[in-house]
Amino acid sequence: MSESIDAIVADAERAFAAASTTEELRVAKAQHAGENSPIALANRGIGKMAPEERKVAGAQIGAARAAINAALAARQSEVETVELQARLRDEALDMTLPVALHPQGALHPITALFHEMGDVFVAMGWEIEEGPEAEAEWLNFDSLNFTPDHPARFLSDTLFLDPPEDHKLMRTQTSPVQMRSLLTRGVPLYIVSPGKVYRADEYDATHLPVFHQLEGLAIDKGLGMADLKGTLDHLAQAMFGVGVKTRLRPHYFPFTEPSAEMDLECFVCHGESVGNPDKHCRTCKSEGWIEWGGCGVVNPRVLQAAGIDTDIYSGFAFGMGVDRTVMFRNNASDLRDFAEGDIRFARQLVGGAR
Amino acid sequence: MRVPYTWLAELAGLTEPSTPQSLAPILTDAGLQVEKIEDPASAISGPVVVGRVLDFVDEPQKNGKVIRWCHVDVGAYNPEGENARGIICGAHNFAVGDYVCVALSGTVLPGGFAIAARKTYGHISDGMICAEDELGIGEDHSGIIVLPSDPAPEIGSDALALLGARDAVYEIDVTPDEGYCLSMRGVAREAAQLTGGVFADPYATPVPADSAGYPVILESEDCPVFIALRVHGVNPDAPSPEWMKKRLAQVGMRSISCLVDITNYVMWESGQPLHAYDATTLQGPIRVRKAHPGERLTTLDHQDRALSEQDLLITDDSGPIGLAGVMGGLNTELAPTTTEILIEAAWFNPATIGRTYRRHRLPSEASKRYERGVDMGVPYAAALRCAELLRDLAGGTIDEAVTVAGAVAQMPTQSIPADLPARIMGIDIPADKVVEILTASGVKVTSKPYSTHNVQVLDLIPPTWRRDLVDPYDYVEEVGRKLGFSSIVGRVPVAPIGHGYTWEQKSRRLVVNAVAGAGFVELITLPFIADADLDKLGLASDDPRRAVVTLANPLSDAQPYLRTTLLPGLLAAVNRNTSRSIDSVALFECGSVFRANDLGPEIMPAVSHRPTDEEIEKVFTTLPDQPRHLAAVVAGDWLPVRWDGNAMPATWEHVVACAEVAAAAVGVTLTRRSAHVMPWHPGRCAELGLVVDEKWVSLGFAGELHPTVIETWGLPKRACAVECDLDALLGLAPHSGQIRPLSTHPATKQDIALIVDADVASADVQAALVEGAGDLLESISLFDIYVGTQVGVGKKSLAYNLVFRAPDRTLTEDEASAARDSAVAQATATSGAVLRAA
Repeated sequence: MSESIDAIVADAERAFAAASTTEELRVAKAQHAGENSPIALANRGIGKMAPEERKVAGAQIGAARAAINAALAARQSEVETVELQARLRDEALDMTLPVALHPQGALHPITALFHEMGDVFVAMGWEIEEGPEAEAEWLNFDSLNFTPDHPARFLSDTLFLDPPEDHKLMRTQTSPVQMRSLLTRGVPLYIVSPGKVYRADEYDATHLPVFHQLEGLAIDKGLGMADLKGTLDHLAQAMFGVGVKTRLRPHYFPFTEPSAEMDLECFVCHGESVGNPDKHCRTCKSEGWIEWGGCGVVNPRVLQAAGIDTDIYSGFAFGMGVDRTVMFRNNASDLRDFAEGDIRFARQLVGGAR
Repeated sequence: MRVPYTWLAELAGLTEPSTPQSLAPILTDAGLQVEKIEDPASAISGPVVVGRVLDFVDEPQKNGKVIRWCHVDVGAYNPEGENARGIICGAHNFAVGDYVCVALSGTVLPGGFAIAARKTYGHISDGMICAEDELGIGEDHSGIIVLPSDPAPEIGSDALALLGARDAVYEIDVTPDEGYCLSMRGVAREAAQLTGGVFADPYATPVPADSAGYPVILESEDCPVFIALRVHGVNPDAPSPEWMKKRLAQVGMRSISCLVDITNYVMWESGQPLHAYDATTLQGPIRVRKAHPGERLTTLDHQDRALSEQDLLITDDSGPIGLAGVMGGLNTELAPTTTEILIEAAWFNPATIGRTYRRHRLPSEASKRYERGVDMGVPYAAALRCAELLRDLAGGTIDEAVTVAGAVAQMPTQSIPADLPARIMGIDIPADKVVEILTASGVKVTSKPYSTHNVQVLDLIPPTWRRDLVDPYDYVEEVGRKLGFSSIVGRVPVAPIGHGYTWEQKSRRLVVNAVAGAGFVELITLPFIADADLDKLGLASDDPRRAVVTLANPLSDAQPYLRTTLLPGLLAAVNRNTSRSIDSVALFECGSVFRANDLGPEIMPAVSHRPTDEEIEKVFTTLPDQPRHLAAVVAGDWLPVRWDGNAMPATWEHVVACAEVAAAAVGVTLTRRSAHVMPWHPGRCAELGLVVDEKWVSLGFAGELHPTVIETWGLPKRACAVECDLDALLGLAPHSGQIRPLSTHPATKQDIALIVDADVASADVQAALVEGAGDLLESISLFDIYVGTQVGVGKKSLAYNLVFRAPDRTLTEDEASAARDSAVAQATATSGAVLRAA
């Protein structure tokens, strides 16, 4: 009896081992563990046995069943593993194929840089102010201490709305936003105004008649050139890296006094290219500094035009061309590309300012 | 302003070790920006000497060139025991005996061009005979430099010195407030002050009290001072001395004649423009007055000019004899025989001169200086210096009778607390230092104790040449720039707590990011348009986009208006891309458009104080409407042919999706209805909007462009566009939203198909279904549209999937069916929809 049971188990184990697919294993399971399998028949045979034999045979057959089921389960697991591996192998794809849900969109580098520069100032607690591009002459010039005969007002420099006697023009700077803010918000005031400005300028690789500026204005008790310098240095570091400084050179603007031109330390060579032909720097043209904008202490006449007490309040203003900043920051070579709309231009900096 | 260094050094008392290179940054740091140092010799190392050609032989070469084999005497530089060096030269513009410039072996010319003895064309060429461009002193390469032979230059001497190339010339950007630095005298004063040099003003002679000279009558307040000096017996043929010619050449002025050269030289040195009249042509007293109506003057350039009543004139009994400060009259011009000269040195109102020279388009070195404002104290000294030079160089006799018409005006006084420069500059500047700097700048400083704050007060009177020193902060700048801005130590001011970006700013940023993220490239086009652009869009004459704002002085007459729509710029950009073989584009722009209104002129309030609230309101609200628009254009393929699919053409869906993405970014779900608006295809145009308080609010239009527009612009077929009013969209956007509890009960799905007339808008059907289904409807989607025989001619079948769910229970089939039936009933009522048999 026990030998025949052992043979049944051995047959089953052999059959399971021989099955290499789920289907073959299903057939082998039916043959060796199904209702009409030898072990099932042997089990049914127990009933015909003498009572004293039943217990022994029952134990033997129970152990045999367990062995068969264990063998089946083990083989099933092996076959499944092999089959899964085969399937995974068969289903492998070229995951380097190009994918596209939509064409590649992009912000214009000017927009992206405005966002980045705005973030720097918002983080400092400053706010962003904007204003109209078609502007009142008084806000663009008179209130900013431009004399009635200042050359910037000539038709050769500034685009006026027709007729010019209506004193409306395309703003030549975002400074009228500063005056609007002084008039409507008062002091203390810490704002930057990004936007589009217009000049009767030529249109070539280095000039656009319509370009973009970011201007800042801070008016508070006791502000002066040191605060201006600190703010510009902070902006330079936030945009161009730790340690990048600015340099001020005396200059003249009607709306600031003292006035200065502002240079940015070259963030690529940090001045190492100066007088060093082996290390030519294309960003600063080996000058070590990059002209970045104008700035100064707000002329008290400007504050007076806004009715602000200049005995108590003073402050500073600065402004830089954002198109030019993109030019030197990203090595863009031709300003016309900024305005002509070739989609390859903006796509190169996809995702934001960098 | 061109400033020769040697002239400057002479006036400013600069000595070694000051060099052109060391002084330049000092000037720049003080606000006299040295933009360029013309210093050709500094780019040359090694000797370039005067040589004399002893002989040469022309030798034709196989390559067709004829070279010259020359012997050139270079004096001390000749090889030992020989009288010349052998040099090969390609130029032929010289003769035996000519003096030339020879770069010797070991010399390195600009551009790193090293000269060495080398074998060429069968000879040892021991040096090079130089052309202008090779020395970097000019552009000429037509031949070598032949030096003047009278007087004969010394052979072997420094040729660069002879050419003036050893003298550096600054190009200084003089800012508008520093008119006094449009003179050697002004720059020298600054240079001396900055370097500790000793400046002795050659123009310090005070104005004499009496006036006994030629009669001059001032009849306009635009001319407060007029000096006239007469010089008799001048030799009109006297030559200009070489030193003067050289300096004039360095500053860029042509030598004309001794008399003219002297006036130019004195102007450059003193900053005072001078005019010389032929005294014999003057008739009666000189009168300075404004032009009379209809008056004319023929100026030195032979132009007969109609004068404006604002033009300031120099006149005599014959009428106008000069346009004051701008150009003299032809009738009193110096003739080649002139021996009697009257020198005019006057002060004219800067604004008047500026207007006059612009009106007559006569900019000049003189008018430029008058416009910036010359030193009112210098006319006499300048006239005297001019007269002395005429005497010394052209043999004239100075008439002792001087004309001094008018008087030098008092300079404006000012007072500042002595600590003001320190406070504003953020540099520690003791009061003594302030006084020292201002005094050195020529300011008369009187310090007095201040009663309340224990701070000294400085009473200040600027010198006559410093018309820029008026306000307290002008003095702050003067002190600051003399110390240099590099000593400012930065500190970051602490702003009050801010509010971050405004809601509109955040929203606009979300919109452009979303649209770019959806596949569109942002453009910033020039905002100018023409009638032709609007014509090409097919806009009717009464279209609101025809209400253009016109520029008085457009950059191009071809585009005289500000844009009223973003589309012309974008369509032109599509063409630019296709012209560069980029045939598929999806692009957008976010920017202002301008609409004319009829609000009349702007006001110009006074600037001495804050305008009234009414004035401010008027200034702010008299401008054209300029809303920000958002527009996009797609053309060609949205996606190209790919490994996993065919090309997906760009269609109206993409521009509608663009608008929806933009709206969704700010929490708005747009509604659409069909529209007939140019430049869109009448059957493929949707009006975008919202129903607010049961009223339709239009935000823009989207769809396929009209075939005629596509053809006129030359756009890719089936190009599509959207334009909407972004400001209006943001105005309707919700500032907050609600989140309801999520039901965890199972959903019940029901599909229905409705037959409607073919021209019924699916959005209307869907809206009716939503309304009829009630609150149990969780979502609805259109999953099939069928047109064909099974639904009949002129009909279409719309198949919807409806999902129902209750917040608090599992819906029964009956409940869901009842809601569905109610939805269908509403669609039937509003759209005539018939439920299609299953």
